[in-house]
Amino acid sequence: MNYSRFQLISLTVLRVLVGWHFLYEGISKLINPYWSSAAYLLDSKWLLSGVAETIVASPTLLTISDNVNMWGLTLIGLLLLLGLFSRYAAVAGAVFVLLYYFFAPPFLGLEYSKPAEGSYLIVNKNLIEACALWVLYAFPTSQIIGLDRFFQVANKSGDDHE
Amino acid sequence: MSNKNKELNKTSLERRELLKGLATVPVLGAFLVALWQKMRMDALKKSNLLSNLIQEKTPPAVVSDLSNTQHLNLGIIGYGGRGHHLVRGAGFATPEWTERTANNARENKLDKAFKTFMSQQDLNCSLIGVCDLFDVRAKEGIQASTNEIRPGTKPIQKATRYHHYKELLANDEIDAVIIATPDHWHAQIIIDAAKAGKHVYCEKGLTRTFDEAIKVYDTVKETGIVFQLGHQNRQVEANDKAKQIIDQGLLGPVNLVELTTNRNSPWGAWVWDIHPEGNASTIDWDTFQEQAPHKIPFGDEALKRFFRWRCWYDYGTGLSGDLFSHDFDALNQIMEIGIPKFASSSGGIYFYKDGRDVPDVWNATLEYPEKDLTVLYSATLSSNDPRGNRIMGHDATMMMGGHAGGGSVHGFIVTADSESTQYKERLEKGIINAKYPIYTYSPGSKQIDGVTSATSRYFASKGLLYTYKEGKRVDPTHLHIKDWLDSIRNSSQPKCNIEMALHEAVSCSMATESYLTGRRIEWDPVNRKLI
Repeated sequence: MNYSRFQLISLTVLRVLVGWHFLYEGISKLINPYWSSAAYLLDSKWLLSGVAETIVASPTLLTISDNVNMWGLTLIGLLLLLGLFSRYAAVAGAVFVLLYYFFAPPFLGLEYSKPAEGSYLIVNKNLIEACALWVLYAFPTSQIIGLDRFFQVANKSGDDHE
Repeated sequence: MSNKNKELNKTSLERRELLKGLATVPVLGAFLVALWQKMRMDALKKSNLLSNLIQEKTPPAVVSDLSNTQHLNLGIIGYGGRGHHLVRGAGFATPEWTERTANNARENKLDKAFKTFMSQQDLNCSLIGVCDLFDVRAKEGIQASTNEIRPGTKPIQKATRYHHYKELLANDEIDAVIIATPDHWHAQIIIDAAKAGKHVYCEKGLTRTFDEAIKVYDTVKETGIVFQLGHQNRQVEANDKAKQIIDQGLLGPVNLVELTTNRNSPWGAWVWDIHPEGNASTIDWDTFQEQAPHKIPFGDEALKRFFRWRCWYDYGTGLSGDLFSHDFDALNQIMEIGIPKFASSSGGIYFYKDGRDVPDVWNATLEYPEKDLTVLYSATLSSNDPRGNRIMGHDATMMMGGHAGGGSVHGFIVTADSESTQYKERLEKGIINAKYPIYTYSPGSKQIDGVTSATSRYFASKGLLYTYKEGKRVDPTHLHIKDWLDSIRNSSQPKCNIEMALHEAVSCSMATESYLTGRRIEWDPVNRKLI
């Protein structure tokens, strides 16, 4: 990828900010012994509400859901922030946020017990963050600014020898 | 280029590579610093709030081996709606109930009634005697006694039907009886059961009148039986937590408590179904009204009274014994208020003009001059507005539940008072904000925390329908029956023993008496009389 300096900085800032957000979402859940995904799932509407009910109804599934969320968010956040395996992290992150989106989509006629912190019609911040992650996947930066650079260099030097 | 220059270039290239690769690592450093600051701030907040409460005492264990030491034979006297629930608490449900709730669970995974029943502890008892004046219910009781769908082992013995409770009491094999008849029969049956040496679990309110309450108290004391009154709120964890908070003085001096009941449905106003099979040959009407002050011949009016007995003072005390008694007992559990010095009450029949003689809007004031406390209770059967109960202290207010149903297991919140003396400094420093709760208890949400999030507040207001013991979902009625059976085996006192029952009965009677006579009633504790 050939970016201008301006493009490179813009994309990297986006990656680091999204990474920061994921990292804190994950860690804040990890350090709160009382956090559970149950509250969110119980308020689920539309296509996935049945899946949400199944998860909440089963202590095992709920524990899995809690752990996947806590550790998944933390790991993805860390990878994006440091620029390590960032393209995989971007895809995984997009899947996470899209799931949040589809478990509780802001569609016409769906009402939630927990008030939203803004005003949303079909598009909400989850969808936008998923889109941002998609952009990060399409325009990777970690091989230039980030730990992925070392893998790149290692590969290159390997190529040189051949 | 010389070798030296090449070397230099290579080093500078490597350094630039390194810098680019690690360029965002300092951001992680900044993140960690911010995280550390945030955690320190939260820890400070916690220690400044109700830190002593965050170290939760472990609640009493649900499972204890006591229940398995001695098999007990039970009898049920009065197998109506509440009787069904109590007997389920002992581990026996009708086949109709187990089938219906199992189906519900299949249709709605969040419907846990069946699972909660099936995960009850096996209390090692048998239901061997059923007494009900209505044939249909008596038959249902027999079916429940042999229903193999139950927690634990298969039933050992089929219950015998008794037409009169005295025949049931005459069965020497029966160790203990559950009484869930209408209130007007409670006293006589408790007294006869105690004299026959049976342990007694009696549904609330204890008795219909004050005089009966004193007689029951004396008989239970004389015979030494194990007596439990049916206020299952005694088993609800939220009430234990509330007590801890108040015992530690975190609300400051409490001078006013507001208790409320808010219902708005015919069922909630005791307009219960008249069973299609109820008639002169299936109902023993004469025995039913034997203890009632006024007698009427069997007919349509009698049918109404048989199935909707709470609507008449001949059989119960309306809001007083049915709902005020629950809120009073929960408050007595939390604050140990005992019997008031004075009680006055008023109300009227304002919505359900269906021939009843008990009020559907009713309020009572209890005065405790020695405790510097007034307790206000108000009830309506024509509005659902969930006012909840408020324990109002000089330093903080505890708001409990949103619905004052029997054995309500909703959460509670404690909010500091903006003029509090105890929290003055912290309020000024901004560590405590009087607008937000300083303590939230939300059963079932795992949210037992001093720092409340929007989610936990939302959970508290939504309220889940179970009580939790060590994180396990349990029916408080089951725990209350278990507490009684454990006490029988252990010769100890259950949680709502005869002393607590007397407090409830006298307080409720004072309020009822005031409504009926239109004057303030005083309690004379020395002569045990109402003045």
